[in-house]
Amino acid sequence: MLLETEKLSRVYGGVVAVNEVDFHVQEGLITGLIGPNGAGKTTLFNNMTGLDTPTKGRVIFEGKDITGKKANEICRLGIARTFQNIRLFKDMSVVENVMIGRHFKVGTKDKGRFAQAIKSYFVMKKEEKEIYNKALEYLDFFGLVDFRNDDAKSLPYGHQRELEIARAMATEPKLLFLDEPAAGMNPQETEHLMEMISRIRSLGVSVVLIEHDMKLVMNICDEITVLNFGNKIASGTPNAIKHDPVVIEAYLGSEEDD
Amino acid sequence: MSFFQIILIYTCIYALMAIGQNLITGYGGMLSLCQAGFFAIGSYATAILTTTYGWNFWMTLPVAALISALCGFVIGMPTLRLKGDYLAIATLGFGEIVRNVINNWDSLTKGPMGIQKIPQAAIFGFKFNPYKKTAFLIMLIVIVTICYFLFKRLARSRMGRALAAVREDEIAAASMGINTTKYKVSAFILGASVAGIAGSFQAVYILSVTPGSYTFMVSIMVLCMVVLGGMGNFLACILGAFIIQFISYFPQLTGLTNVIPAQAKQIIFGLILVVMMIWRPQGIMGREKFNYSGEKRKKGAKDATRN
Repeated sequence: MLLETEKLSRVYGGVVAVNEVDFHVQEGLITGLIGPNGAGKTTLFNNMTGLDTPTKGRVIFEGKDITGKKANEICRLGIARTFQNIRLFKDMSVVENVMIGRHFKVGTKDKGRFAQAIKSYFVMKKEEKEIYNKALEYLDFFGLVDFRNDDAKSLPYGHQRELEIARAMATEPKLLFLDEPAAGMNPQETEHLMEMISRIRSLGVSVVLIEHDMKLVMNICDEITVLNFGNKIASGTPNAIKHDPVVIEAYLGSEEDD
Repeated sequence: MSFFQIILIYTCIYALMAIGQNLITGYGGMLSLCQAGFFAIGSYATAILTTTYGWNFWMTLPVAALISALCGFVIGMPTLRLKGDYLAIATLGFGEIVRNVINNWDSLTKGPMGIQKIPQAAIFGFKFNPYKKTAFLIMLIVIVTICYFLFKRLARSRMGRALAAVREDEIAAASMGINTTKYKVSAFILGASVAGIAGSFQAVYILSVTPGSYTFMVSIMVLCMVVLGGMGNFLACILGAFIIQFISYFPQLTGLTNVIPAQAKQIIFGLILVVMMIWRPQGIMGREKFNYSGEKRKKGAKDATRN
């Protein structure tokens, strides 16, 4: 098991957003996390990626307890994520966004911030070149190289989503969390995204995705976990989930007109 | 001409503070209003060390920077959890605390009387007498140039990029493995230390320090310089410093002190800020865009050179 949560709960005042959820991700698979709006999917994501701290329960990544660690520490362990409402560095160029993803991957382990300023011009040149070239590779992977010098905010919506994934991939994660990657995409863009996610898996990166687009979820996920009102109500293969009466009642059944 | 030199000297002193403010506000996106506090700390460090302890000015310079940096760290650690207006209020408070401490700590700072007879700065026996304005100006220009290139380099390094990411979106930056607290505090410390250096030069130029020269208005002026020139652009800060100082001393420069009251400059600053915010919120020069590959960068448009 690459990542698992043990009875993870998150309570906001009197609202139980996530209630004793045991969620697990197997290495090399694409795991889907679905559920109606307000089911606690994003809260669960935030608790696993360090943006929020669980009220109770533990998060275990590669056998290590990472509960309560900060987001930047968790990222350095190999968990990257994207956001439901795109959080790009809007006023920075496309390539700079990806270069941020390379931030902690370069030599000088953050020591001597001021020394960096005085450091030999050539050392910095080399380091920057390395970051830049690597960033271009990631942009190339997502077909965004042509946009490299544009402001991130000027990209079309679908590309912004892809750029966010590229930025996350630049941290070389073992596990990638995607929060509604297909939201707001047209069918062609969704198609392209599915292809991308499959390619990411083929690189050996495990993927967890929250998604409302059932076609996408059922097509590419190897395993699906269903949340409803903060509780885990089912988990299994897409086929099993499709025919699970509890799931149909809680989620799919209520949206027949979809 | 001599009066114009005074303007240039003040431009240099304030440009140092503006460079620090630019790192904090322009790059880090933190609205800090206590450059005057660090300025005062630097001034008094130099004043006390040179008069009471008989140190050489050049030896006090790094100490002034260090003490300011330390204060930057102490004030930065707790307050940088705050954002926007709240951070502004907390740092404003710190600036006033510094001034009040200086005003009341008679045994060390001689209170409201201030410290007089600060020895002049000298290199190999050549004294930077405030009456030899050209020599003093050249010294300051050298210092500003060094600071400018250091900070520009810093902004172009990984640290600058990380700081920009923190400004743009702190949560996303943290999720990209950036220790946001560390970078915010570092920016604050560096900004404080350069203001401390500016303070040292102020002390050695005026040759006396009084608490009255480190009011809240100084912090506001420095912020105006950065906003006017362009946030996130170090050259623009120096330009902003010049424009603000030029306006400040315009009545004296033109001999119109009888016609234009001294208070008029504050009205003009206010007007400039309002006009800038409406027509050119990015400042005169705007944010500096970095070019990583030697290609031309166009805003909003697709790049012409592709491969």
